[in-house]
Amino acid sequence: MQCQFCGKRPAVVHFTQIENQKKSEYHVCEKCAEERGFHTSLNKSKFSVGDLLAGMVDQTGGSEESKLGRVRCPRCHMVYSTFKESGRLGCSECYETFRAQLKPLLRRIHGSTRHSGKSPIKDSARVALRREIQRLHEDMQKAIEHEEFETAARLRDQIRSIETSGGAKGEAETRG
Amino acid sequence: MKLTNLAAHLGGWLDGSGPAADIVLSTRVRLARNLREVPFTHRAREEQLAMVYSSVLSAVRKTPALMSSSSLTMRELTPVDRQFLVERHLISHDLADNGRLRGLLVVPDESVSAMVNEEDHLRLQALASGFQLRSAWESINTIDDELGQDLDYAFSEDLGYLTACPTNVGTGMRASVLIHLPSLVLTKQIGRVLQGINQVGLAVRGFYGEGSQIMGNFFQISNQTTLGQSEKETVEGLERVTRQIIEAETRAREELLKDARVQIEDKIWRAYGTLRHSRVISSQEVVNLSSAVRFGVALAIPGLASVRTLNEVLIRTQPAHVQLAAGKELEQRERNVLRAELVRALLDANEPDAVNPN
Repeated sequence: MQCQFCGKRPAVVHFTQIENQKKSEYHVCEKCAEERGFHTSLNKSKFSVGDLLAGMVDQTGGSEESKLGRVRCPRCHMVYSTFKESGRLGCSECYETFRAQLKPLLRRIHGSTRHSGKSPIKDSARVALRREIQRLHEDMQKAIEHEEFETAARLRDQIRSIETSGGAKGEAETRG
Repeated sequence: MKLTNLAAHLGGWLDGSGPAADIVLSTRVRLARNLREVPFTHRAREEQLAMVYSSVLSAVRKTPALMSSSSLTMRELTPVDRQFLVERHLISHDLADNGRLRGLLVVPDESVSAMVNEEDHLRLQALASGFQLRSAWESINTIDDELGQDLDYAFSEDLGYLTACPTNVGTGMRASVLIHLPSLVLTKQIGRVLQGINQVGLAVRGFYGEGSQIMGNFFQISNQTTLGQSEKETVEGLERVTRQIIEAETRAREELLKDARVQIEDKIWRAYGTLRHSRVISSQEVVNLSSAVRFGVALAIPGLASVRTLNEVLIRTQPAHVQLAAGKELEQRERNVLRAELVRALLDANEPDAVNPN
């Protein structure tokens, strides 16, 4: 078996990471293991998550890959291939710029691509509102599937009223 | 050296209070935050880092819980000072090693602190004694809300708080407990327990967190993922697992006592004796011996030191702490002598049954 990072040397370090019932296996050669800090002892190994990430990102191959690597963030001018080396994004805008590339990576790291925690006070009114609307939409869809059209109609009215009155109010609150 | 104040006191998180403090040394919750308009620290120019620093300071001055905090930039500190802050769990090696405009804000009892311009612009931290995940989360959450009224955080609705490294994106939260598991180590069950912890998506690290060594039977257990779960769910998950680990440790302890009570008590008292009477002692030896004594305290063996005293012994004998106490830089050999003195003095002053040893 060959090292999944360099693809050249034989893999001698094998380990399994299990997260959220999802199993990822790593097979790494000695040199890459050392470079990436997978030492057997934890002794100040300078283990860098960035390095590991860079490795994970590298798994998608092909010519598509080299095209994606040249995508440049309009704000901080970082190219995607730099992220692959460092494991660090350049600025908050990078998340938008590299959205397509990051999605599978986030799924691999976190088992999810959707935030469900708190939001900053400045954003929270707006976010709460959008989430509420999203939830109502899902309920409405379910109601339609179950042919509960009256419920669906009621939900649609609710969404409309939030979008018109509540939406404007939410925006005003965040600005204020 | 600027840290004589911090060095003279013992952080509130070390006072041995809080639930299960004989097993859980401390609880920590940290939040990673960035300012929307500034590139992440590693891509920011020096003047942008200065801007982050002043924005954070100005927001901090408006936040009641942080009003009393002092600001220390890494540049004004000596290497020993920085090492001291690492030993005190207030800054990371990364912050200490880097020459750029970086700093620490910390309140006098060390319960709340913030690293500025570490990997992320802001790393807020709540540190508490014992097993207190919820209250640590609540206190840092309130502070985060207050700072968030002033600072424009980088946040996206679907990805949450945006961080330099995608491993922190979402809640930006890392909640952890520093837990002492001598019985599970002695009965060789620890491997299985750690494996189980990994399987439920939690991470195990050493005494100083990421990339550090496991020593003195201390393990830091923290959440691994930050996206998909709310902060509350994450905290509750870690709380549940920690409770199970405490139970496992307690069960293993009972097994041990049933099989070998005298041998274990002997080991503990010998460790205590060495700490109490040695004249030259290394940092590593203090960690190991005080772990044995801590185990004795958890077993309710009378006549040993209090948890608080053991925390002091553990923290105040680290290399930079010893040098700050001496007021000068010391060679390792000199440190080992002074360390033995410090340990004896601490145990002397706090020996609960000093008058009547039995």
